[in-house]
Amino acid sequence: MIAAKELARHFDVSRPWLQRKLAGEPTRTLRAVDGVTFDIPKGTTLSLVGESGCGKSTVARLVVGLYRPTSGEVLFEGRDLSAARASPEQRRRMQMIFQDPYASLNPRWRVHDIVAEPIRAFGLVPNPAQQRERVAELLRQVGLSPLDGGKYPHEFSGGQRQRISIARALSSNPEFLVCDEPTSALDVSVQAQILNLMKQLQRDLGLTFLFISHNLAVVRQVSDRIGVMYLGRIVELAESESLFIRPRHPYTRALMEAIPDLEMTGRSRTPVGGEVPSPISPPSGCTFHPRCPLANDRCRAEAPALLDGVACHAVQEGRG
Amino acid sequence: MLLEVKDLRVEFPTRRGVLTALNGVSFSIAPGEVLGVVGESGAGKSMTGAAIIGLLEPPGRIAGGEIRLEGERIDNLPYEKMRRIRGKRIGAIFQDPLTTLNPLYTVGRQLVETMQAHLPLSDAEARQRAIGWLEQVGIPAAAQRIDAYPHQFSGGMRQRVVIALALCAEPQLIVADEPTTALDVSIQAQIIALLKRLAREQRTAIMLVTHDMGVIAETADRVAVMYAGRIIEIGPVRQVVRHAQHPYTAGLMASIPPLDRRVERLAQIDGAMPRLNAIPPGCPFSPRCPEVFERCRVARPELMPAGATDAACWLHDQPGAPA
Repeated sequence: MIAAKELARHFDVSRPWLQRKLAGEPTRTLRAVDGVTFDIPKGTTLSLVGESGCGKSTVARLVVGLYRPTSGEVLFEGRDLSAARASPEQRRRMQMIFQDPYASLNPRWRVHDIVAEPIRAFGLVPNPAQQRERVAELLRQVGLSPLDGGKYPHEFSGGQRQRISIARALSSNPEFLVCDEPTSALDVSVQAQILNLMKQLQRDLGLTFLFISHNLAVVRQVSDRIGVMYLGRIVELAESESLFIRPRHPYTRALMEAIPDLEMTGRSRTPVGGEVPSPISPPSGCTFHPRCPLANDRCRAEAPALLDGVACHAVQEGRG
Repeated sequence: MLLEVKDLRVEFPTRRGVLTALNGVSFSIAPGEVLGVVGESGAGKSMTGAAIIGLLEPPGRIAGGEIRLEGERIDNLPYEKMRRIRGKRIGAIFQDPLTTLNPLYTVGRQLVETMQAHLPLSDAEARQRAIGWLEQVGIPAAAQRIDAYPHQFSGGMRQRVVIALALCAEPQLIVADEPTTALDVSIQAQIIALLKRLAREQRTAIMLVTHDMGVIAETADRVAVMYAGRIIEIGPVRQVVRHAQHPYTAGLMASIPPLDRRVERLAQIDGAMPRLNAIPPGCPFSPRCPEVFERCRVARPELMPAGATDAACWLHDQPGAPA
């Protein structure tokens, strides 16, 4: 349904022109996304996980067309995204759910108007009475009461607001939803409600999801396939269950090792050293090599390609 | 006991009446012990930490109960006296390292100033110790990095500086409010390891406030679960995590997505925590509780022995036992 090919997005983070010239500095580029390839079949969920700064949110924005790619392309049903987004009929088929339900809802609008906006914008239901009916149905679908339509966002808790965001995203009858950390601002018991709701909606409506999260446990519950990102690249891409049963890339393994788990009470362990380097001046070769226990000279010199679902010289050479 | 909190009550007077943010909170921490405090947003866990270090946001005020540090009351001290205790005897670590550090001073100057405020040290001694603390918290090349400004450190390194700052006057108690929430998991694991080592080696008592049960399970010795401004269960971490006695704790544990398997449907607690101005009479959890019965709606349960923990739940009120 949706595919990314060698997708890249670079940002110019140089200082202003005059200052740069006076200091004799070159331009500086932040490679937020640097050659990412994946596809998402209809009705399935692909998740991208990684630590902050790995480029996962930038991919989300590229995929819905909020950013234009520096190079590479996004294909929506085989057509280039910018061409596809030229027509409103195509645009309504993809929607996005954001992380912070406090920032993504207009505080001066009533819930009814928030949810109805896409319906009006795309002219889906011209008759106001039918529009009301449709909004009420959407609110029921996400577990709210149709009476909530008359309230303002501040009258709702974080979880209920996220339900409103989901109702708004669903109001244009989309087929493809991009969810950027939809539950990370929520408490855990509420997170469970929202994750259950999203799975239910996927079953009922046949939705396709691109799910962005830093939380591996959440990702395991919702994904069919998972891409692990590190410094703008996918380092491992695998079926969800096989990734958890047999993580291959050293970074994936380190990430799983680092997560505190309920079963580990009192256990001590050796955390991965170091931190994610700056994407402005990433390390040479494989960008994970300074933190990798398996790194050798080849890793320091040559960037590994994603072959058979993993981008790692050590794994490909059988050293992993 | 190093810290004893008894029947703590914090109120916020507002135009529409007085809100009770904490109501009858009691617990204690021994030297070298890590007490985890968990709960959802608004449960009062950060408020408890703020009350202990004497930094409640006005108009919030302690309206009842007492806080004792080594037997001495600290909840009613004048500001200046409390300021001397803060830093020297109680250290604080907050969620966001950027707001804790002064961006205009080098980290070395901030460490030296803090130590000299509380300990009789010469400049050279203090600087030497500052380097030692930076090494302790795992900052590489500490002798050079000491003259760097906070913005020259990454997020994880900054949080280590904040921890060094909290430790450098060698407090007996550290109140750590979501110390790893703003950090990535690999950094979080490093910080947790550091806190555990401190408790073990320096006998520092740590009150660890977080919403992340995984962090608690791995770090804490005991855990207090808060709901709507009250502690509803407290006990050894293993017991609370695996054999929760309060239905809310059990629901909270079940709603955490497991890392080791995929479940079709996560257990969820329907509804949301009540707002402070609408706390139901009786047990505050009763409207959401799957095991609610008549008594829960009218009478408020206090903490009572329940298995290996203490839980504020009428299910554990055996006939004949003192209530």
